[in-house]
Amino acid sequence: MHELSLCDDLIRQVQLLADQHHAQNIARVTVSLGTLSGVEPVLLVQAFEILKAGTAASNARLIINTVPVRIRCDHCGREADVDPNRLICPACKSLDTQLLSGSEFILSQVELFVAS
Amino acid sequence: MCTTCGCQITSGNESQIPVEKSADGGATSVLTRLMAGNDLQADHNRMHFDQLGVLVINLMSSPGSGKTALLEATIVQGRERFRMAVIEGDLETENDALRIRAHGVQAHQITTGSACHLDAHLVHEALHKIDFSGIDVLFIENVGNLVCPASFDLGHHLNVILLSVAEGDDKPAKYPVMFRAADVMLITKTDLSPYLDEFSNERAAQNLRNLANQVPIFHLSARNGEGIDVWLDWMEEQIQLQKQHVKNRPSFRPVRQPDAGLHATRILLSPVHPVSKS
Repeated sequence: MHELSLCDDLIRQVQLLADQHHAQNIARVTVSLGTLSGVEPVLLVQAFEILKAGTAASNARLIINTVPVRIRCDHCGREADVDPNRLICPACKSLDTQLLSGSEFILSQVELFVAS
Repeated sequence: MCTTCGCQITSGNESQIPVEKSADGGATSVLTRLMAGNDLQADHNRMHFDQLGVLVINLMSSPGSGKTALLEATIVQGRERFRMAVIEGDLETENDALRIRAHGVQAHQITTGSACHLDAHLVHEALHKIDFSGIDVLFIENVGNLVCPASFDLGHHLNVILLSVAEGDDKPAKYPVMFRAADVMLITKTDLSPYLDEFSNERAAQNLRNLANQVPIFHLSARNGEGIDVWLDWMEEQIQLQKQHVKNRPSFRPVRQPDAGLHATRILLSPVHPVSKS
């Protein structure tokens, strides 16, 4: 259940952002999560619900955007969405591929309530 | 990876990371950069290791695939070639550290309680308990687990992942996050191979290659010593590479270590909706 540790970092960061912007509250936290990130969305949501209590995010909603695993082949140049355990080129079977997306765990957006 | 801050926004995924406008259009976007606490600590650890000129290796595998036995064989057969120290991670007991110390090598045991992995903070506490004078390589034996440890940079340089022949040869297909991070894969307990027909070296290798991971695969047995010399040769080469690297540049990171850093890239401020103070 390493999602608890990762979520603890996430909450610390959004708390810091809320403090920096003198926000009274956080409305929404949006993360982008690759299917090859090693983070399970369901467990992350559960961790967020537990850890947000008593923080500026106590009423916040966590939105998770899932990012597919996508590769580019250095050999034939093809780009393709692939399964997390099949990162070779589906066209030419080359192992010389680059991961374009799918391993990220990014805090992409925080929506804050700030008194005007 | 973004070259300015090391964040994970790339041309491949930036279109997938949405920036929503608030309904009234009055929202302000702010670009900022942040690193998660673990990653900052990991970078600090790595800087410390590099100043000391020590190569740090993160050993990861299932429980019982022979991490401690590998370390014992490495101590016994590699004694003349390099000097090592060990940080042990387990949920409970000092058993593994005792096994290492019995060979006259420094070992510090971290007991994590219920935590399923080591993190950079735990390693930082432990590294102050180690006397690094004359040490060439520090092994961090992670908690036996093919899932959680892959998400935490400890400040190490290389990931060594063990797969024993008593396990399934489909482990790399089942745990792609872990095996994709391997800088070398060790097939261990090869002395048991005659009794375990169902484990195929070819399939294990193919499952690793399917992750587009082209790192070396070594076969060895800590019990009868088979293949240990090839592993020690590789170790010695990595130690030399690390010594050259620290001379020339600050650091090198594990090649495929997934960056679990959390980066706030855009903040939407909604100044027009003050919350009630009730």
